[in-house]
Amino acid sequence: MQIRYAVFTPILCRTQRFNCAINNTRLQMLFTQTVPGAIYLLATVSPRLDRYITLVKAYKMSMELDVFVGNTTIMDMEVYQLWLDGLTVSDAVKVRMDEGALLECEANPEVLTSDTMDQFRTFQMCERLLHSPTKLGSQLLYQIPAQNQIILIERYYEFDSVFAREVLGKKLSKGTKKDLDDISCKTGITLKSCRRQFDNFKRVFKVVEELKGPLVENIQRHFLLSDTLARDYAAIVFFANSRFETGKRKLQYLSFQDFAFCAGQLISYWTIGAMDSMMEDMDVDLEKEFLNELKDLKVLVNDKDMMDQHKILVCAALRGKIKVYKLMEVNFKNLSRALVNLASKLTHTKDVRDLFIDLVEKFIEPCRYDRWTVAEITLFLTHYTNAAHCLGTFRHQMIWDRYMGVIKSSQCSPLLHLSLIKVNYLSPTPSISSVSPPVNILNELNTFLICKL
Amino acid sequence: MPGKLKAKIVAGRHLPVMDRASDLTDAFVEVKFGNTTFKTDVYPKSLNPQWNSEWFKFEVDDEDLQDEPLQITVLDHDTYSANDAIGKVYIDIDPLLSSEAATVISGWFPIYDTIHGIRGEINVLVKVDLFNDLNRFRQSSCGVKFFCTTSIPRCYRAALVHGFVEELVVNEDPEYQWIDRIRTPRASNEARQRLISLMSGELQRKIGLKVLEMGGNAVVGYLQCFDLEGESGLVVRAIGTACTLDKLIPGSEIKESPLAHGCRSSHNSPVHSACSSQRLSHSQNFSVSVPTLVFTEGGSPRICEFPFFTLTCFPPGFLVHIGGVVSARSVKLLDRIHNPDEPETRDAWWEEIRQEIKSHAKALGCHAVVGYSESTTICEEVCILSASGTAAMLNPRFMREGSVCVYSRFDDASPPSCGFCHIPYDEFNMPFPAQLTYCYHCRRQKVPDVLFTTIDLPAEAAVTGKGCLIQARLCRTKKKAQGEVNATAISNLLPFMEYELHTQLMNKLKLRCMNALFGLRIQISVGENMLLGLASATGVYLSALPAPGGIQIAGKTPSDLSYDQHISTMQKRINDTIAMNKELYNIHPPECIEEVVGSPIPDRQRSRLFRSTSESSDELSELDLSHGKKDAFVLEIDDTDAVEDIQSLLTDAPMPAGFYSCNTEVMPGIYNWTSGLQMFTSVRVYRLNNANLTNQGLNKIFTDLCENLLKSLYFKLRSMIPCCLCHLNFTVAVPEEELIQVRRHTPKNTSPILFIFPINILIKLCVFVCFPGSGENEEQLQFSMELCGESTSSNNQPTAKPSVSSVDYGSFADRCSTWLELLRLKAHTIRRGSVKTTSSSERCSPLPEVRSRSLRSTRSLPCGAPVTVVKMTPLSFLPRTRIVKYLGIINMFFIRETTSLREEGGVSGFLHSFIAEVFAMVRAHVAALGGNAVVSYSMKECVFMENPNKNQAQCLINVSGDAVIFVRESDQEAIPPLITCGQTSTTGADGTT
Repeated sequence: MQIRYAVFTPILCRTQRFNCAINNTRLQMLFTQTVPGAIYLLATVSPRLDRYITLVKAYKMSMELDVFVGNTTIMDMEVYQLWLDGLTVSDAVKVRMDEGALLECEANPEVLTSDTMDQFRTFQMCERLLHSPTKLGSQLLYQIPAQNQIILIERYYEFDSVFAREVLGKKLSKGTKKDLDDISCKTGITLKSCRRQFDNFKRVFKVVEELKGPLVENIQRHFLLSDTLARDYAAIVFFANSRFETGKRKLQYLSFQDFAFCAGQLISYWTIGAMDSMMEDMDVDLEKEFLNELKDLKVLVNDKDMMDQHKILVCAALRGKIKVYKLMEVNFKNLSRALVNLASKLTHTKDVRDLFIDLVEKFIEPCRYDRWTVAEITLFLTHYTNAAHCLGTFRHQMIWDRYMGVIKSSQCSPLLHLSLIKVNYLSPTPSISSVSPPVNILNELNTFLICKL
Repeated sequence: MPGKLKAKIVAGRHLPVMDRASDLTDAFVEVKFGNTTFKTDVYPKSLNPQWNSEWFKFEVDDEDLQDEPLQITVLDHDTYSANDAIGKVYIDIDPLLSSEAATVISGWFPIYDTIHGIRGEINVLVKVDLFNDLNRFRQSSCGVKFFCTTSIPRCYRAALVHGFVEELVVNEDPEYQWIDRIRTPRASNEARQRLISLMSGELQRKIGLKVLEMGGNAVVGYLQCFDLEGESGLVVRAIGTACTLDKLIPGSEIKESPLAHGCRSSHNSPVHSACSSQRLSHSQNFSVSVPTLVFTEGGSPRICEFPFFTLTCFPPGFLVHIGGVVSARSVKLLDRIHNPDEPETRDAWWEEIRQEIKSHAKALGCHAVVGYSESTTICEEVCILSASGTAAMLNPRFMREGSVCVYSRFDDASPPSCGFCHIPYDEFNMPFPAQLTYCYHCRRQKVPDVLFTTIDLPAEAAVTGKGCLIQARLCRTKKKAQGEVNATAISNLLPFMEYELHTQLMNKLKLRCMNALFGLRIQISVGENMLLGLASATGVYLSALPAPGGIQIAGKTPSDLSYDQHISTMQKRINDTIAMNKELYNIHPPECIEEVVGSPIPDRQRSRLFRSTSESSDELSELDLSHGKKDAFVLEIDDTDAVEDIQSLLTDAPMPAGFYSCNTEVMPGIYNWTSGLQMFTSVRVYRLNNANLTNQGLNKIFTDLCENLLKSLYFKLRSMIPCCLCHLNFTVAVPEEELIQVRRHTPKNTSPILFIFPINILIKLCVFVCFPGSGENEEQLQFSMELCGESTSSNNQPTAKPSVSSVDYGSFADRCSTWLELLRLKAHTIRRGSVKTTSSSERCSPLPEVRSRSLRSTRSLPCGAPVTVVKMTPLSFLPRTRIVKYLGIINMFFIRETTSLREEGGVSGFLHSFIAEVFAMVRAHVAALGGNAVVSYSMKECVFMENPNKNQAQCLINVSGDAVIFVRESDQEAIPPLITCGQTSTTGADGTT
């Protein structure tokens, strides 16, 4: 095969025959191919290749077939990433050139292209197996070392959180798939990669949807993913199943990780599996019965005495502890009503879907208007929850606990703390130490959403 | 009728969906042997059927056992229409027939379909009960062991080497029968696969019979080839070396046989004269008994007519002297084989060639040919038969008694490290012009200035520096012609090509400052309008041979000043390259020792001319030819050919640092192997767009192709530096029109295709090998070891830059494995008690793993997968391991065809998946025999035909090798029961490494 490179470099070397091994410190000799008898240029190439290279191909011979197969499948994980990113072979070659792949082993663009094509082909052929990762271990076609198998699977199922944020809460259907090119434009992720990620979501969803048992574990078992990745997938599956509204403008400030955290909390407290881990449970759906029972909480706002008592208790606990005490005292009824009404409405699927937007509109925005700090909200919600227990006539302790329930989960706090640090513009300097561990789910959700605002 | 074959179908998995409606399959299995067929029940609606059938029993002749494969067909039951075939598995039961090989075949086999490739897997159990047959007129040869390995297998001892065995079988090619016009491609492919399987079975049986006749019990260096002669038929032929092998049992090897049967070489008698022949000075012996050191015994003399050995690696002391490469080629016109039972023509052709080889060897003063191989290349009706080998003198003792360790050398004139270099011929009556000097090692006998051989470097040879791969490439155009004219044209071209290749090899050898070639393999292939020659060998500097002189460039008309300058720059470049190569290959021969005795050859030979014309030789005598200390090699620049030569000399890109390559089994000069080993196959096809190129242009293109291929390999394997590419085996072919157009296809493109496929192996080497701590399973051990190799290599070889990717990868793999541990732990601990529902969840889960939840944690992890790692290597050994048992020969033939080429990723995608499938099937067969590696693996045939216009392609692949069980040397203590031969036997194995 003959390729002549007309190279537009700052320096062109005219050399004598056979004198091709010039090695300048700044320049690297790339390629010399000559037609016998012809005067030829010696192509010199600077390490930064992106600026030029125009190939003038004078093929006398074309490669028809180029195959490289190893007994143990050889895979370059860097190329794998390029493939996953949905790059075409020529784009991938460019990226690799920029990364300096040509400096190794006296490679030339042709070699690089051939290698990239080969690797891409290998990945393409393995893709079928990656769709059901458990098969990858038992199949006989490719002999892949165990470590590589894990990397292959893990990377294949990794996704861009920007993309996931876009799809979150949407039905994983053909319709959504059609919109992927819009998402691709918006996020700058290649359409091919978007498709892969979307198909992954869909595949995981389909497999796990009907399965009993803890969601994260199911995902891990069937897709052999790492713990963190499986958790993220659990969130995606959960959101896709309940179809929570996440696309509204008011919710745009929340990232995928924020929602994933919320999903984790919801799974922990509001699903059937949350109550009885020994039961053959379903983690994907919210517990219908529980949602119905939430209606009973209405008594907290409908019963005037109880509401007054509740207010007195909360005020007593918070007096002098928060700056916005006055406003809180004035708005208590509104806030309480907002929270309880939200709970009682959750029997309707539509309202469940709007959970997040409602929370933001009914509770967080008023608080924000009053310039509450995150710490203050947290404190308020803690006492708000606890005070209800002291109400003598309030008989729905169980449900209340579950709705606002006391959580001793310490593992969710780091995430909250992190996000507090990250996004704090309600309170410029929050004293993190003062934030008690999150006490209940709605508290958390609220605090969380506020602080993100 | 002494045999009972039993087969049991256990289960299937990952079957394809055959019923679109239910997304499931109703599978059943047909088991066929000979004309008997059994069926299993239909296992309805499952992709993972559990048949658990009874034992199907076939009572058959052992003749059939040897010929026929067990044929397992998986089908999808269809109530209304014909049952659809899912695919087939052919199981060669030959390994079960030998008492020392495998006893049972049991494992998962990929279900293979010639149109769709691998479709799921099936678990099969096969056993054979063999009754002894003492009938001396029997047609079977059960129990004769076959080895592809071209040396004495590692856990055996050669008690007796009987000699050359050959056989060929011919048949009509089903692809060209009239019936093929009406049957489906699948049926035609399957008929072909079955026929070839049958033919190779028959061939093996017939060779086995010959071996038994000679009194042997094994065939070593078994080489089987197919000639697809198209219309004129299908020839399957095989050659090998008959031996009597004894299994090594610890301790027994020493006391064995100083007085075993010996036969004096001077007698061509069938008498077992039991004299101890060690006392004979073999140098005398050989001078008398040149042609007839043939060891006939009992059988017909025809069998032993040729003192040829297909072995390339010998026990120490076996080789006495090496004469040089002998080769013969003959161009034949194919005609239809009229009577398949009497393949006389083909036999006669080969006979003729072997005779020629024999006479060549005789001319070199040798009585035997070692490293012998035969090959053919076919283009339309023209067929070139080639045979080559190395003429040698052998130690007669091995013919009879062969005990390796009792060889006493007190009367031996030549020490072992140089003896084989000494000339076997009469120095005053040399068969070809050569420059003789006294051996640099022992100073007692004459040695030639260069030595070309087809064998591996003898283990005892003294070598300076490292070796390297040397290739000569040549392309010559030829007029398109038919029949007789074509054949004449080709045979006129052949000698010139051989000469050119030889010159190129010689020049390149000099340029690398080496003096011997091992493993020389010259392949010439014919196309419609070109001939291709490719010679590969491993160059080394043998300490016993004189240092090679440099290369001197001479101009014919030294009048022009600028011209002189041009020449001198070139000369300088060449000298620089030589100096650089000396460094690169670490060749620092002891400084020119004074020649003790003057060379008997007068000075006229001192400056050899390659292109000697009468006038130029006169000029040359005036030139100062003393380049360095030795005689120089002169190249004339005016000669257009020479320009080309120099060009090809200098365009050979040097290997990147950290890479070594050779085409022999072991790399000369490198001894620190690790067990990290990787085998790969690469295939490339190029299409020439304008075929009216000149010889030079073609040559250039061809050289570039080969260079580029090597470059690609280096680049791909860069993460494994330092590593050595061993047994780098290039094959080129020029498929002509006739081949591209299978009868179902119509050809559109009329340009020739070059076709190159190297099969090679990569062995990583590093100076220190660390074995990671115990407690890991084998897979992990193996791969983490490679990582270790990488990290240490960067310390030891500062020049070899460790690539960033590999480092990353290592740490990532580390992370992953720890994470894997975590995952495993978790899977074990979490929800251990919650195993309640089984049946209800079964239906809805798409994966079988859910069936029993208690098992899932271990089952679903990739590391806990039941797939055993099977290593494949074209070498006859695995470095740093010991082969404990040979399980039998693997010889498989596959055809794959597609009618949806584009959908399968084009030709590359198609071939890539096919090769991967072939590997998978070889691994599965080896694993089923209980083995964990294939040694002496080779891909003999890879014929590729395509028709992109019709979206079709077809490919044939033939692979062979020896299935073995190996243990790591460090594991020896860990699993003593597996080891049948103990520590003492390793001495023989270590000899060659």
